Amino acid sequence: MKKRIIALFTLLVLGAIMSPAFSQSLSVICRCVAGGANSNQVAWLKEYVIPEFEKAHAGVSVTLNEFGGTDDALKQQYALDLSVGKGNDVMGFDGFWIPEFASGNLLKPLNAVAGSAVDSWEGWNHIAPGIQSILSYGGEIYGVANGTDVRMIFYRKDILAQAGVANADAWQPTSWADIADAAAKVLAAFPDSAPLQINAGTSMGEATTLQGYYMLLLGTGEEPFMDGKWVVRSQGILDTLNFYREIYVDHAYGSQRVQLINDGRNLSFANFRDGKTAMLVEGDYFYRSVTPAGSEFAVENRDQVMGWAKMPSETPGSGIRGQDFVSASGGTGWVLNPNSANPQLAWEFLAFMNSKAARDVWMTYQPGIPARDDVPVPNNAFLTDTAAALLPLTVSRPNNDFYAKVSEQIQLMTENVVSGQMTPQQAMDAYAAAVTGIVGADATVDLLAR
Amino acid sequence: MHERRTILPLRTGLLFLGPAALFIGAFILLPFFWIAGVSFTNRSLTGITAANPQFVGLQNYLKLFDLSTFMNPGQFGSSLVITGQFVFWSAIVGQAVLGLVLAWFFYRRTGWVKESVQTLAIVAWIIPDVVVAFAWNAFLDYDGGTLNWLFGLVGIHKVDWLLAMPLLSIILFNAWRGSAFSMLLFSSALGSIPPSYLETADVAGAGPWQRLKDIILPLIRTHIVTDLILITLWTFNTFGPFLLTGGGPAFRTEVVSVLTYRMAFKYFDFGTGSALGMVMMLINLGFALVYLGLLRRQGGSR
Repeated sequence: MKKRIIALFTLLVLGAIMSPAFSQSLSVICRCVAGGANSNQVAWLKEYVIPEFEKAHAGVSVTLNEFGGTDDALKQQYALDLSVGKGNDVMGFDGFWIPEFASGNLLKPLNAVAGSAVDSWEGWNHIAPGIQSILSYGGEIYGVANGTDVRMIFYRKDILAQAGVANADAWQPTSWADIADAAAKVLAAFPDSAPLQINAGTSMGEATTLQGYYMLLLGTGEEPFMDGKWVVRSQGILDTLNFYREIYVDHAYGSQRVQLINDGRNLSFANFRDGKTAMLVEGDYFYRSVTPAGSEFAVENRDQVMGWAKMPSETPGSGIRGQDFVSASGGTGWVLNPNSANPQLAWEFLAFMNSKAARDVWMTYQPGIPARDDVPVPNNAFLTDTAAALLPLTVSRPNNDFYAKVSEQIQLMTENVVSGQMTPQQAMDAYAAAVTGIVGADATVDLLAR
Repeated sequence: MHERRTILPLRTGLLFLGPAALFIGAFILLPFFWIAGVSFTNRSLTGITAANPQFVGLQNYLKLFDLSTFMNPGQFGSSLVITGQFVFWSAIVGQAVLGLVLAWFFYRRTGWVKESVQTLAIVAWIIPDVVVAFAWNAFLDYDGGTLNWLFGLVGIHKVDWLLAMPLLSIILFNAWRGSAFSMLLFSSALGSIPPSYLETADVAGAGPWQRLKDIILPLIRTHIVTDLILITLWTFNTFGPFLLTGGGPAFRTEVVSVLTYRMAFKYFDFGTGSALGMVMMLINLGFALVYLGLLRRQGGSR
C-alpha cells in the first residue's frame, strides 16, 4: 500500500515537472459563468474561440476560469494576483480600472508585454481611436476593447399605461419632474410598488456611479471632473442629491432597501421583471444580457411591454453641453498579464479573439455595438436605434488615476443621502472633505464658493 | 549570588526554543513591524502610490482621528461605537451571561435535555463561519426566511431583520455562535466546586440566588475573568458580521475589523488599513492589560 502511494506521488510530481515541456498552456478569466452572468461569453469562448485557437496551435491548451463574483470582487482578485506576479494570462477587464492598474505598474502596455507583434496587428486599422482609448492610459494601449455601450431609462409600457401615464407606449420624459410625475402616478395605482430605480449606495459599486449618479449629474450640466479639476461642491451635485432624496426618502418612489442591501442590483432586476419597478436606468447591457428570454431576469413578452427612453436633463437644455438628453458610456475588453509565461502566445490568443472572424461569430451570440468597423452592426432595431440616438449625446468617464477612488466617495455620498442619515448638504460636505483628502486641494474646485 | 537551577542548560534550552522563536519571528514579529512601517506611508495596492509609496508620517493616524468627521457613518469613531455595542451585548451580555446561565441550569443535572442543549450549543460553535452565516442569512431573509415564516404563522408582520435591525441581528448571531465556549468553561468551573459547600448551604436554608451570589460566583471568579478576556478579544477582532451584512446597510454594522478590511482590501489603501490595524492592536493590548491586572489582584488576595 505504502509503496503504491509513493509510486503515485512520484508520478504526480514527475507529471507536474514534465508537462510544460510537452505543451504550452494559457489561462483566460472573465466575470462570466455558464448559465449566469455573461453566459454568452462563456459559450462563445468555449464553443468557438478556444477550440479554433487550439486547432491552429498544436500542443496548446487553453483553460477558461469563470469568475462568478461581483465586478468589485474580480477587481480585488486581479489587484492581489498581479501584485504578487500571478494571475491568468488573458483577463477580461473594465476600461475604467486601467488608470489605477497602469499607474501602479500592475499592468504594462500591450507592446511592452508581447513585443512588436502587437504594433503590427491588422486589427488596429479597424478599431476607431475613441474605442482604442477605452483601455488606454497615458497614450499607451493596455488592452483590446469589446466595444462601447450607452445608458438610458428602460420602462414598462404595461405598468405606465395601467397607472394612467400619458403616451405610455412611447413614453419620453423631458425633465426630472416628468420622471417623478410618472413615478407618483404608478405609486398611487400600485402602493406596494417601487416604481423608479436610479442606482445609489455602495453595494452596487460602479453601477451606482455610472448608471445612477452620472446620469443625473450630467443632466445638470456638470461632470465630476471638469477642466482638469475635481468638482467637490456645486449646485449640480446638490440638485442630484436632492433628487435622490426626493426618490428614496421623501416619496418612496424607489425602494430604499434595494439601494442598501448586499444583493440590491439583482433585486432591482427582479423587481423590473416582476413589474414592481416600472422605470429603471441602466446600460444597453440590461437589454442585451439581463432580460432576454431564457435568462434569470427575462421579461415576459419583452417586445410588447418593455420600452426605452432617453434620459432627460434636469430641465430641457440644462444638460452637459446644453443638451436636452444625456447618456454615459463605458466599455470592457481584455488585457494581457505582464507576468505571463507565454506572452507571445497570449497575445496571439487576444488577437484571435478580436479578429474579424471571431467577432462576427460573437455577434451571433450577443449582438452589440462592435469595436471593429469591418464587423457589420447586427440587424437589431434596439441596438441601431439606441446607438443612433445616444452615441452623439454620450459622455465617458475621466481617464484619471484617482477616478476609482473618487467614484467610491460618490457611492458613499449617495448612500448617505438615500439612507436618510445625512442631508444633501451634509453629504456633499463630507464628499468634499474626502475627495480633497484623496486628490489634494490643488486638484479640486468649489463651484459654490464663487 | 547563587545561580538559579534549571532543568536544561541554557544552550540546550535555547536550541529547543529555536524553532518556535523562528516561526514567531517570521510569521508574527516580521509582519507586525512591516505593518507598523506601512502605517506611516501612503502605500496602496493600485495607483501611483503602489509603485512609489511615500513616507507620510502620522497622516494616516491623524486622518483616523480627524474630529470633524470622526463620528460620521463609515468613519473610525462611529465604527468604534458600533464595535463597543457589539462586544458588550453579544460577548459580555450574550455569550458570557448565557453561557453562565446554561452551565448553572444544567449543573448537577443529567438527562437528555442537558445532553441535547449542550450538543446543540457546541455544534453552533464548531461549524465553520461561512456555513453558519449562510444558515443565518436563510433564517433572517425578508422574503423567504424561516423567522419571518414563523412570524407569519402566528400573524405577526414580516420584519426586514438585516435592514431594519442590522446591529441586533449580528449581536444575536454572535451570541448564539459563541455561547458554547463560555458554557463549557463555566461547566468545568462549576464541576470543581466541592458539592459539600452547596449541601451545607442547602441545610442552612440558602435559596438559589444566594447560592449563586455567595458561593458559586466567588469560587469561579478567575474563570469568569479568563472567559471575559478571551471572548472580548475574539469578538473585538471577529470578522463574522461581514458575512451577514457586509458592514451595511449604510455602515450600521461596520465593526472595526470590517472597516479595516474595507480600507485595505476594498479601497486598496494599505496605509490607512495598517494604521487601523495598529490602533486595534493597542486597544486589544489595553483590554488584556486591564484583565490581567484584575487577575493578578485576585491571585494576590487569595
